[in-house]
Amino acid sequence: MWTWIHKFGSPPHFYRIAALLTPWFGWIAAILIATGLVWGLVFAPADYQQGDGFRILYVHAPSAWMSLFTYVVMALAAGIGLVWRIKVAHAVAASCAPIGVAFTASALVTGAVWGQKMWGTWWEWDPRLTSELILLFLYFGYMALRSAYDDPQRADRASAVLALVGVVNVPIIHYSVVWWNSLHQVASVAKIGRPSIAPEMLVPLILMFFGFNILFGAVLLTRVRGEVLLRERSADWIRALVAKS
Amino acid sequence: MLKVENLHLWRGERHVLRGVGFRLEPGELLHVAGANGAGKTTLLRTVAGLVQPEQGEVYWRNKLAHSLDSGYAEQLAYVAHDAALKSDLTAYENLVFMVGLRHAVADSAIGLTLAKLGVAHCANLPARALSAGQRRRVALARLLLSEAVLWILDEPLTNLDAAGGTLVLGLLDEHLAAGGLALVATHGELAIRSDRARRLELT
Amino acid sequence: MTVRTGVLAAVALLVRRDLRLAFRRPSQLCNPLVFFLVVTTLFPLSLSPLASQLRDIAPGVLWVAALLSSLLALEGLLKSDAEDGTLEQMVLSGQPVVAMVAAKTLAHWFVGGLPLVVISPLAGLSLGVPPAAMWVTVEGLLMGTLTLSFLGSVGAALTVGVRRSSVLLSLLVLPLAMPLLIFGARATDLAIAGEGAAAPLYLLGALLALSATLAPFAAAAAVRIGID
Repeated sequence: MWTWIHKFGSPPHFYRIAALLTPWFGWIAAILIATGLVWGLVFAPADYQQGDGFRILYVHAPSAWMSLFTYVVMALAAGIGLVWRIKVAHAVAASCAPIGVAFTASALVTGAVWGQKMWGTWWEWDPRLTSELILLFLYFGYMALRSAYDDPQRADRASAVLALVGVVNVPIIHYSVVWWNSLHQVASVAKIGRPSIAPEMLVPLILMFFGFNILFGAVLLTRVRGEVLLRERSADWIRALVAKS
Repeated sequence: MLKVENLHLWRGERHVLRGVGFRLEPGELLHVAGANGAGKTTLLRTVAGLVQPEQGEVYWRNKLAHSLDSGYAEQLAYVAHDAALKSDLTAYENLVFMVGLRHAVADSAIGLTLAKLGVAHCANLPARALSAGQRRRVALARLLLSEAVLWILDEPLTNLDAAGGTLVLGLLDEHLAAGGLALVATHGELAIRSDRARRLELT
Repeated sequence: MTVRTGVLAAVALLVRRDLRLAFRRPSQLCNPLVFFLVVTTLFPLSLSPLASQLRDIAPGVLWVAALLSSLLALEGLLKSDAEDGTLEQMVLSGQPVVAMVAAKTLAHWFVGGLPLVVISPLAGLSLGVPPAAMWVTVEGLLMGTLTLSFLGSVGAALTVGVRRSSVLLSLLVLPLAMPLLIFGARATDLAIAGEGAAAPLYLLGALLALSATLAPFAAAAAVRIGID
């Protein structure tokens, strides 16, 4: 198993494997998201209380979930890179940040649109929204710290420490609606027991969740390949690759 | 006693240390030579434990030097290019702090060492009032007071006049004779007794 | 064979040194304090000086001013030592870097944060905070400024190798400090309204306990990376 991990962690092998996997991830994500969107936006029944307005859930909830998931992946990769000195791990962490920004921004924007419809306000300083905003700032801080260092190894390591420190925010965001009286609704899917959402609405949501996850995989693999190319630009294996093509 | 194996280090794209290795036993000095930018300072800092290499290991008394329980840091003293003195503290206060972090030190010992290095009159002057040569001598006083077994010196003769240079070489001789080890980087030559010194040329 | 200095003795030595250094430059000592007072006067100047309105914004103003003045002072935590090479000597002394960083943070707070806490009643009075709410404010700021120092030590350590890092430092520390702001202002708010402020104060205490125990480890790791 260690040989497998070391193989995966070696840039030329990773580059090759990622190139093979990306189209699969991409197409599966496209199908899942297309199906989920059409089903959720058109075919799912309207909500009893909110009418058709609730359908933004199909983009909002997966975005919010992915914003947290991306941070965890980033922190994990950063931690692995820091402890075991695996170059590809650092490349993964670096690639996650912009994706995380995109998901967080998407969650905040779709949330604002929904909030305007449901609560009559674009923004509220309640725990969940505030901690999600903090997540956005953490991503920005991570990217800013990275770019402040000229030396890539120091940039990798310093930002890894920052990513790990910021992980504290993730459970705070997730449990903010439980711990405090929040305007935001409590979890209806990711809880113990039966989900408190109708199955006809649930299935497209699940499709979107999986679709977003796999989309994340596809985008991440592509970005990491780009990172690897950038970091290893003077390495022999890249020259051989270019010579072959 | 000190064994360095196959150190590789990159600074960005530059492969600064390319498989550097050596052994050093008590009473031996390794003169690290090379042009500016060859990696002398980087090598010294890596051996001291300030910089992590991408590959390679440093062994002290047959244990990994940079593991937490090796007691390596306590047995070495590093004098860098700058003297590591706080400008607002006097030479005496600087030494009390820097040496006091390692072990208890008597006032008299500090006074004697400063005198040995010819800067006794600087003891109560703030470090910013000292010349570069005087600061270097105070840094060397720290070296002596640290009672370290391994001396890691980066360009120790900088800013010193001829008398100062002779003093440093004399101190090195004494240290080696007492069974100490020394790792010295200079871009010029080092006039040390050749049966105790080896040379490592970095390119 | 000389006696090796223990960790506590080393911490005491470092705190004494830092305090001595701070007091050798008395003018620089006052800067964060003056900044705090100036910021608290800016708000009544720019907004309405009506007592009732001031009282509403007082908690927020006090806490934001404390936060900003702490951030201003934070860059100096490690910069000077990193620049003259004494930071690496401390790492090489064999003493645990965690203890060294915690010691520096404490000394830094003593010189920067504590005076702020002491002068906060004055600032609070000028903003119309009733004397009855002052104790809660002081308690909150005491815990808050200390927490900020610890959080800030992580940011300072992460940016120690970066030139002109003050803005980056603020960018890194502010998101971590937001919960502090929320609870601290809330505590003063409740006290002004005459209600019990125990809940936010306990939360501030929890944040302090968390940061005081965890931040030095993160900061120590960052220092090692920074002197690379």
